[in-house]
Amino acid sequence: MVEVSGLTKYYGEVVAVEDVSFTVQRGDILGFLGPNGAGKTTTMRIITGFIPANHGTVRVEGFDVGSQSHDVRKRIGYLPENPPVYSYMTVTSFLEFVAGIKGVAKKLVRERLDWVLEKCSLTQVASRLISHLSKGYRQRVGLAQALIHDPPVLILDEPTIGLDPKQIIEIRSLIKELAKDRTVILSTHILPEVSQVCTKVVIINDGRVVVEKDLKELTQNAALEEVFLRYISTENGEKKLENESSQSEK
Amino acid sequence: MKYIWILAKKEVHALFVSPIAYVVLTGFLLLGGWFFFNLLFRFNYLLTLYTSLQNLGAMQGLNLNEHVINPLLQNLTIILLLMVPLITMRTFAEEKKNGTYELLLTSPLTVTQIVLGKFLGCLFFIFVMILLTGIYPAILLFYGNPELGILASGYLGLFLLSVVFVSVGLFTSSLTENQIVAAVTCFVILLLLYVLSWPTETTGAGLGGLLKYLSVVEHFSEMAKGLIDTKNLVYFMTLIFVSLFLTHRCVEASRWK
Repeated sequence: MVEVSGLTKYYGEVVAVEDVSFTVQRGDILGFLGPNGAGKTTTMRIITGFIPANHGTVRVEGFDVGSQSHDVRKRIGYLPENPPVYSYMTVTSFLEFVAGIKGVAKKLVRERLDWVLEKCSLTQVASRLISHLSKGYRQRVGLAQALIHDPPVLILDEPTIGLDPKQIIEIRSLIKELAKDRTVILSTHILPEVSQVCTKVVIINDGRVVVEKDLKELTQNAALEEVFLRYISTENGEKKLENESSQSEK
Repeated sequence: MKYIWILAKKEVHALFVSPIAYVVLTGFLLLGGWFFFNLLFRFNYLLTLYTSLQNLGAMQGLNLNEHVINPLLQNLTIILLLMVPLITMRTFAEEKKNGTYELLLTSPLTVTQIVLGKFLGCLFFIFVMILLTGIYPAILLFYGNPELGILASGYLGLFLLSVVFVSVGLFTSSLTENQIVAAVTCFVILLLLYVLSWPTETTGAGLGGLLKYLSVVEHFSEMAKGLIDTKNLVYFMTLIFVSLFLTHRCVEASRWK
């Protein structure tokens, strides 16, 4: 379970996210939507403890990310936007390294390794150097890295980017399967993906949450695309009007 | 401890799969070999000269420790000054650039473990580098009779000096995500530490003494002469501790800014 409340983060003068709050229960897959630069990555980085927030709290499985950062980090599997891989390692040696630093017990490493290799369809390339792999494979190594220590919470920043259609279908069904007894937050630009995979949706625009609803509720009367555009464009529309009026005053 | 070991192993692995390690090792040994050859040749020349002149006093003044090993170690410190920044520059800067910094900092590792892991990894490499230069004194031991105590003390000094260099290098790498900036900053700091004692004679006793104490060369020179003083050990340990502490603060700050 992940509870985010009142998150605010400034980069200097610029407000990256403002008063962001939402909750995800175990078994839920939260689709985190928003245009580019809306603050999705910033929010995810704060949840994982990579950067701190100026205000607000995050609790992951009951642990506070500020004061119990270590406990939080043990329980999170995180796939950043760019898969964090060492290109000079082989897939196996990289995953063994990650298992090591994530604290997987030595006798379990082999078992976990086989499991993620199979789940992420990496078995065939297990002994290849990561630098020799295509973008799609690297992305899957990134996902494997997030899964190796069997975390109860998964934070995935655009997990299906760069994958081919077949891989996308596989990864989506993997995420669904994983979510049965886990909490998953995934950000994406691909709206159909949200309709297919997610159970809950948070739309963020200009650093603010504009909607937090169950997918079913949200798409009761209209398609997700329409809903999304409505929430995004009303915000932009208001802004535009403000700008125009302020310009005419000058 | 287990985590530090895993990180150190990774660091060593990273060095040995990159061409930098081999270029640095080759360059270091090549230059070291050239210095050694020169010093030995000069020693031989002086010996022949004094013998032909029948200058017994001068001949007794000649010894391998003072005329070959000491200047060789002094020269090696200069090469280390140039090479260590190239080894340490990637430690943090590369991780930041590649996005693997995110992996390290979101793993259940403490900052101390990350810093010490990288520190030990780089140290291992530098130690290998220095141990390989042991071939030169080994040759001397085989054919001549240099004093072992002075040799050991000199090498201890060289090791300590390289540990200082590595910890400064880690610090400068933690400041930036640009490897060149990390290397240049490290080089500047190391060179400053090296030449700090230059104005000793012109600045008077107070300031001069202080500069002399702060300069890394003075402490190393004493050890190269065979003098292991607590003063020198404390100096080296302080520099190492301060640099590692600053590195720790710097990594921690990037998490809690």
